[in-house]
Amino acid sequence: MASSFSRILSSKRKIQILSLVGGSVTAGFLLHRDHVSAGGVPVRRSYPASAEYPDLRKHNNCMASHLTPAIYAKLCDKATPNGYTLDQAIQTGVDNPGHPFIKTVGMVAGDEESYEVFADLLNPVIKERHNGYDPCTMKHPTDLDSSKIHSGNFDAKYVLSSRVRTGRSIRGLSLPPACTRAERREVERVVVEALAGLKDDLAGKYFSLTQMTDEEQQQLIDDHFLFDKPVSPLLTCAGMARDWPDARGIWHNNDKTFLIWINEEDHTRVISMEKGGNMKRVFERFCKGLKEVERLIQERGWEFMWSEKLGYILTCPSNLGTGLRAGVHVKLPRLSKDPRLNTILNNLRLQKRGTGGVDTAAVGGVFDISNLDRLGLSEVQLVQTVIDGVNYLIECEKKLEKGQDIKVPPPLKYFK
Amino acid sequence: MLNSPQIRQQGSTMPFGNTHNQMKMKYTSEQEYPDLSKHNNHMAKILTPAMYERLRSKQTPSGFTLDDVIQTGVDNPGHPFIMTVGCVAGDEETYEVFKELLDPVIEDRHGGYKPSDKHKTDLNPSNLKGGDDLDSNYVLSSRVRTGRSVRGFCLPPHCSRGERRAVEKLSIEALASLSGDLKGKYYALKNMTEAEQQQLIDDHFLFDKPVSPLLLASGMGRDWPDARGIWHNDNKTFLVWVNEEDHLRVISMQKGGNMKEVFDRFCTGLTKIETLFKERSHAFMWNEHLGYVLTCPSNLGTGLRAGVHVKLPNMSKHAKFEEVLKKLRLQKRGTGGVDTAAVGGVFDISNADRLGFSEVELVQMVVDGVKLLVEMEKKLEKGQSIDDIMPAQK
Repeated sequence: MASSFSRILSSKRKIQILSLVGGSVTAGFLLHRDHVSAGGVPVRRSYPASAEYPDLRKHNNCMASHLTPAIYAKLCDKATPNGYTLDQAIQTGVDNPGHPFIKTVGMVAGDEESYEVFADLLNPVIKERHNGYDPCTMKHPTDLDSSKIHSGNFDAKYVLSSRVRTGRSIRGLSLPPACTRAERREVERVVVEALAGLKDDLAGKYFSLTQMTDEEQQQLIDDHFLFDKPVSPLLTCAGMARDWPDARGIWHNNDKTFLIWINEEDHTRVISMEKGGNMKRVFERFCKGLKEVERLIQERGWEFMWSEKLGYILTCPSNLGTGLRAGVHVKLPRLSKDPRLNTILNNLRLQKRGTGGVDTAAVGGVFDISNLDRLGLSEVQLVQTVIDGVNYLIECEKKLEKGQDIKVPPPLKYFK
Repeated sequence: MLNSPQIRQQGSTMPFGNTHNQMKMKYTSEQEYPDLSKHNNHMAKILTPAMYERLRSKQTPSGFTLDDVIQTGVDNPGHPFIMTVGCVAGDEETYEVFKELLDPVIEDRHGGYKPSDKHKTDLNPSNLKGGDDLDSNYVLSSRVRTGRSVRGFCLPPHCSRGERRAVEKLSIEALASLSGDLKGKYYALKNMTEAEQQQLIDDHFLFDKPVSPLLLASGMGRDWPDARGIWHNDNKTFLVWVNEEDHLRVISMQKGGNMKEVFDRFCTGLTKIETLFKERSHAFMWNEHLGYVLTCPSNLGTGLRAGVHVKLPNMSKHAKFEEVLKKLRLQKRGTGGVDTAAVGGVFDISNADRLGFSEVELVQMVVDGVKLLVEMEKKLEKGQSIDDIMPAQK
């Protein structure tokens, strides 16, 4: 049944993409609702775009920076073939003005077509968020050949753990902000079936959030695998938490080094991790696992959302391209006190977070260090960047231990 | 700008993507049916797969669907002891289009109120007997609140920014015409100065962005604080909230136990506001069966909660406290409002009912009931028994 379903979907997809390409009138499916009373008079009052335009004066996010009244007027009547609208896409950015120091994205995609239908807004947002990457003119390189990685084994005195994560979306099904319960359950079904085909060091088990026992839940918490219902208003305002915990779950291999989250912020989040500093091995497993999963879903007539311009398509525009965050938990007590740390990180194209993840503080001089970039550079390039960068940071820490001074490295050349 | 209606070929403006009903019809009802196995709210008790199948292809003229109605109840399974409603209306027509679900929910929630029952509205304050002499040694403050929805506009879970702003504009215009002791001022949430904000907090007038997942899951928090505001009269005894959980929440309050005066002002103010809206060609949502139509089915009918903050340290520890409240058709809350605990033996006591009784009847119940509770408190203070003044079931 799945394969006929996907065949129907893929033929529909072709028609829809053709209609999207066919010029501004058909770009975006003009959703028509028959809401008229018996007398033929429209019952719902409607307002011009200017009356609906959000008040973004106190806002500091990428959406607010680029949503002009003109763009709003142009896009507000459009909807994707699934019925997802501009107002829905920007709701999270309207509801969360942002932080004066952290610039959030402020919008999400409800489906793959959102990136086309709302391109007039999403392209400048993508450009700003991804350092000038222009979806109209550039192509994104995908490279999951882990054999190209070198020097990926860190000094375990400093690096406590290594981790690579990304996301994947199943083509033909709406994304978490917009999906119906049936679609979400379909994502779960497709992915869980595929994962059941993984073997050897990747063989594992699925734990559905709705059916987990208390013991299983505690074990997953102790392993730091369990994800909770999102509380961040950035996510809840986008509608990703609807129907929680229906069709959400966690799959992991028996070795607990390969982990997949289902229907959290994306259809899937894929994580490879282990204690210690063997980032190369982590990335090897990552690539192997991803390719295997892709093969298994393709056998059943499904595929991942991917395009030449945007790479892997995910819910948040910040995760386009590779969707990849490769990071380590690393002890840098001396370096953490050095005022040049942020500049060093910036020049190395790295970011720091606390060990609780994004929005947490570093504890005991232990940082989560990961790549800043997601789009415009391949997986291999990004992981190598992290490896080179972390090696540099460790060298700095060693120098400071010996009382020597450190140098701020020159900024890395970027794809621009 | 906000005048002529136009046909807009637009998807609905629900934030959560539940409204693309046509696409959803590709899936079977079974595939879409929510998992309600751990749920304890009115919606979950009434909804069945067969009902879901019958209703899921429907939508109101403004595009509100069954999934929109129930989302809050799906997302909030409820509490084993408190029974939440679990559904909301997106517009006036919701109560018609989805009556198969909402009628039984209403019946359950409102003490057996039938689809054929008629609700009486009585905002004539002279029909209230007594209520001006609740002992201020015990009754610290008195308050009456209700809600009103402006006909023709979608309700907070579903309204677009344009509609919400239109409701605000109409409300500001109408309220600006109030005079005498009702003359007052509007404070838009997004334009408030720090000083104004602090004053409103100190007066206990300011409402905040909802944090309750019950409200957020239904979409009422969208676009906050756009088009939200507070109006109050100069005397600070009459207060209107604009675009919080309902289009309008109208509150009359003052310190002490003179509930009659509070209710007087309440009725006068409400009636004046309704007239001012009518002068601008807008009516409140009301019908013979459901009375005043509000967002949450629990607030239908009168939408009225008349209550007092009353000191009952002894009574509240009595074994029969709950029983007495039940007989008097009253409920208790902490002084922070619903979901808070009582502090220092001071309780918020109010009517439990909303629909099927008139405003006068409900306030009468509160007045009579609180009088009795205070009497009981006094007896217990003196070490006397209260068994001889136990009330009958109202």
